[in-house]
Amino acid sequence: MKITADSPPVLSVLDRPNSYIGRAVPRPNLQRLTQGRGQYISDVTLPRMAHVAYLRSPHAHARIVSISAEAAKKALGVVAVVTGAELAKVMTPWVGVLTHLKGIKSAPQSPIAVERACWQGEAVCAVVARTRAQAEDACELIDIAYEELPAVTNPETALDASTPVIHASLGDNLCFERKLDVGEVDKAFAGSHAVVEATFVTGRHTGVCTEPRAVVADWNEGEQRMTVYHATQAPHMMQNLFAKHLDLSESQVRVLTKDVGGSFGIKVHTYADEMATVALSKLLKRPVKFVADRIESFVTDIHARDHRIKGKIGVTKDGVITAFEIDDLTGIGPYSVYPRTSGIEANQVVNLTGGPYNCPNYRAQARVVFQNKNVMCQYRAVGHPIAVAVTEGLVELAAAKIGMDPLEIRRRNLFPDDGYPAQTASGLKLEQLSHHEALAHLDTMINYAALRAEQAALRKKGIYRGIGFASFIEVTNPSAAFYGVGGAKITSQDGATVKLDAQGAITIHSGVTEQGQGAEAVLAQCVASSFGVSMERVRVVTGDTDNTPYGGGTWASRAAGIGGEAAWQAGKALRGNVLAVAGAMLQAKPEDLDIRNGIVVDKITGAERLGLDELARVAYFRPDTLPPGFQAELMVTRHYVPRAWPFAFTNGIQASYLEVDTDTGFVKLLRHWCVEDCGTIINPQLVNEQIRGGVVQGIGAALFEQCLYDERGQMLNGNMADYLVPMAVEMPDIDCGHVVSPTADSELGAKGAGEAGTAGAPACIMNAINDALRPLGAQPLTDMPFTPGKILQALGKV
Amino acid sequence: MKPAPFAYKKARSLDEAIALLGENPDARLLAGGQSLVATLNMRLSAPGLLIAINGIGGLDGIAHKGGAVEIGALTRHCAAERSDAVGKHAPLIARAMPFIGHPAIRNRGTLGGSIAFADPAAELPACLLALDGEIDAQGPKGKRTIKAGDYFKGLYETALGPQEILTAIRLPAANAGSRVGFAELARRHGDYAIVGLAASARADGKGLKDVRLAYFGVGNTPLRAEKSEAALARGDVDGAVAALDLDPHDDIQATGAVKKHLAGVLLRRVAAQLMEQRP
Ligand SMILES: Cc1cc2nc3c(=O)[nH]c(=O)nc-3n(C[C@H](O)[C@H](O)[C@H](O)COP(=O)(O)OP(=O)(O)OC[C@H]3O[C@@H](n4cnc5c(N)ncnc54)[C@H](O)[C@@H]3O)c2cc1C
Repeated sequence: MKITADSPPVLSVLDRPNSYIGRAVPRPNLQRLTQGRGQYISDVTLPRMAHVAYLRSPHAHARIVSISAEAAKKALGVVAVVTGAELAKVMTPWVGVLTHLKGIKSAPQSPIAVERACWQGEAVCAVVARTRAQAEDACELIDIAYEELPAVTNPETALDASTPVIHASLGDNLCFERKLDVGEVDKAFAGSHAVVEATFVTGRHTGVCTEPRAVVADWNEGEQRMTVYHATQAPHMMQNLFAKHLDLSESQVRVLTKDVGGSFGIKVHTYADEMATVALSKLLKRPVKFVADRIESFVTDIHARDHRIKGKIGVTKDGVITAFEIDDLTGIGPYSVYPRTSGIEANQVVNLTGGPYNCPNYRAQARVVFQNKNVMCQYRAVGHPIAVAVTEGLVELAAAKIGMDPLEIRRRNLFPDDGYPAQTASGLKLEQLSHHEALAHLDTMINYAALRAEQAALRKKGIYRGIGFASFIEVTNPSAAFYGVGGAKITSQDGATVKLDAQGAITIHSGVTEQGQGAEAVLAQCVASSFGVSMERVRVVTGDTDNTPYGGGTWASRAAGIGGEAAWQAGKALRGNVLAVAGAMLQAKPEDLDIRNGIVVDKITGAERLGLDELARVAYFRPDTLPPGFQAELMVTRHYVPRAWPFAFTNGIQASYLEVDTDTGFVKLLRHWCVEDCGTIINPQLVNEQIRGGVVQGIGAALFEQCLYDERGQMLNGNMADYLVPMAVEMPDIDCGHVVSPTADSELGAKGAGEAGTAGAPACIMNAINDALRPLGAQPLTDMPFTPGKILQALGKV
Repeated sequence: MKPAPFAYKKARSLDEAIALLGENPDARLLAGGQSLVATLNMRLSAPGLLIAINGIGGLDGIAHKGGAVEIGALTRHCAAERSDAVGKHAPLIARAMPFIGHPAIRNRGTLGGSIAFADPAAELPACLLALDGEIDAQGPKGKRTIKAGDYFKGLYETALGPQEILTAIRLPAANAGSRVGFAELARRHGDYAIVGLAASARADGKGLKDVRLAYFGVGNTPLRAEKSEAALARGDVDGAVAALDLDPHDDIQATGAVKKHLAGVLLRRVAAQLMEQRP
């Protein structure tokens, strides 16, 4: 992949002297991580620590008749063999529902299955031993008698009367249903010149993290305290959940999150095996470590995106979109995942479909059903890739039907750049987007006219290339509207504590967390800029519920926009406090002073007045020399939560250029572009890395990744050889461009950028493939991933 | 994903390794470990003893002698990939090499291991069959040579006896009249192929003779397509495609029907390669 130079970001009022805002500075943790001195959960070793391995159900649905573990209990190194019934005495079950998803229901889930296993891979027994290898050896000695139960695996028939109900107490297999009918949809379709219908399928896939899920739990009986080292995105959320289900107070639980090797939304949920590990530590009164291996990751890490959506669009002959209609069906596994629920994804599909377009008529239905497969929940760009695939797929099919250029139909329907604030048909409030400017930028960037000419010339030689687009909006910086209002203890606010140390350096403690995306770099940039020191003088501490401000962590593209703003404000407040000390020492007015490059200067002339080291020395060791009654406050905390808007929506447009080998059905990606608008760009390199990485994950969805199940609920490709993650060789160059529309809700003006790439890429690839094959009369491809077999089938070759 | 407990012995000589195999019926030889270790970690196999053969001298040479190229069993993929002798005298092997996994795998994996393991989707077994090569083996009863055509017996099953060690493979050296072709289709570079085809032939005026087509990824072993070979020798590419009598099973990456279609596409591409090459 080539890193291309971008248009320089537009700087705002944030451009203080020696500002880091808008600069591609390297991450402060880079050296440590590249020298192998990171500390991941696998690196955590505690005295008396034992390892747990879980015996997992080989069946999708089965009654556990008996567990014979005598031989295992006597095996070398084994500390304990623990069943679900035994663990139930230590930890209470949970139910993944939220009150603002009206009618959502789920059944209580236990850390280890009790009496019944509901998916292949659910833990049914724990073996704790001195080493993981010994625990796995002992697992082989356990004899479990199962009585297989019928497995519900097809969402299409999950609600049929003849289909068994997975949880009898729920009455049926419906988890959640949402209906929306806005404007006059039927009338709009009736008045359209063309109506296009298509059924889209987005394949079930998962976010394959470099570091698997991992946890070390350490119950200290003397202190009555649980310390959990956890590869999680949300330490405070987990603190609450561990406490709640162990019947402890939150002050009895400390969650430590050091380095985390990728998350993508995988590590922001409650996992039964992680909860069980924490419960085992309490039960056994010793540290217990669990690190998921690849094989168990595939059947336990949340899956996502398994949707079938019937879509319909109406257009006039001038290309005006008259209405959208969707019917979404998704199967989420046997439980709604706790605490964010498995209803959010479908809910987002309903919210986001049609999102970029100024079209008042919209009807949607979404049904979320239970099934005996691994659970599904939120993965990077929750719901977006699905909604964007349906919307953009329909828009390009409609354009083709009326013979209009795909960029032109967008120009005629995208919300106008000067028409904000605006609201989508589904009710999303949009502060300020830039669809048209982004589209114009993309048009130039890809040299569209020349690309079309090349495409036409090559077609004559039997080479079939396609150009596809996807406009999108992305949910970022969520307020309490996302989870808080639904009763989940997931905070939307975040905090930063900034401290001047005795040598004049800065430490920031933040509630957001780092999983490799560079959140710590952003925090350091914000504080260094607003306070006025070089980044080398800033140390960042995250991931410790004992020591960081209460915060939400890193997910939903919130770390920079929310955590960054808190850091910015805290740095600014500390600058004020430091200047008060400086004023006292220099007998100057604080407002006449500033801090630049770590030195107190005269604000107007820039003349150096006082070093921060000297200021700290006086404040900490000779406060007696300061004026009577003056108290230096050299540690400051600020919090921030978006209030004016439920979400800071961003927007963008992607383009893909690819070639389809019509003999083999293979797709070669030639180039990919993304122009997006995340408001103020704090660090253009990190933003572009987010975009590129996100695009690659979206390409995975479009061409490679799928969790394949048979009709008995057995996952068929749960390993890294058969589950195809996208790899570097097949990836195209990805060029990024930017438009900057800051949010006025924060001083920083930054929105999120973590999910834009993933949101748009699958639709973009789909549209490009269909653009390539259209002259051959191929049936449009709408069933992801687009394997060679599906493409050959569309071409009528197999 | 931890292997079941096993003992480990490093053999110093072929005789020692053969003796250890005799004494330990549940022992396995360990060469590059690129196939074996994965099966151990996934507990698909649990041998009581691993006999490492990497320390045995004299098993890793590449020699061109007597109209043949001999490649020792312990030759790493990367060594063959970089070998001038292989490039010149065994061009089919040279062409196949970059398709075997990724550089890290080729640094460790051995040619002997690949032929001994006999993965039906692997490149080298098919190359060996296409070139009508030979396998040298040594066991308690001494040395013997097995023709490639007699060697691949079934899924991961070969003519090697339980105590036999593959010591070398031998291929006829290429000369001016030799023609080779190679193509495979994998969704990601480095993956085992959905379908692959290794081919050799001899130039015969403007046409070809002695055409040998060896498919991989379409059955339990590498498979010759003999009817198509005959058609190709007649210069009839369409006939060769029509005569393909493969019956591949569905697998996780493709249905049998897709594989069969792709086999035909590869045949045209490889036929073009065979016919294109002119000294
Ligand atoms: C990610 C990945 C991708 C791969 N992709 C490909 C690919 O695309 N194509 C491909 O062909 N291969 C691929 N491989 C496998 C690789 O080529 C292996 O090197 C090869 O299959 C086995 O060689 P080895 O030396 O590693 O054998 P080992 O793993 O050590 O042994 C394999 C088996 O052969 C036996 N054995 C080894 N040497 C001998 C001998 N001299 N005599 C008798 N028995 C012996 C062992 O006992 C064992 O049963 C891949 C491997 C990995 C990990």
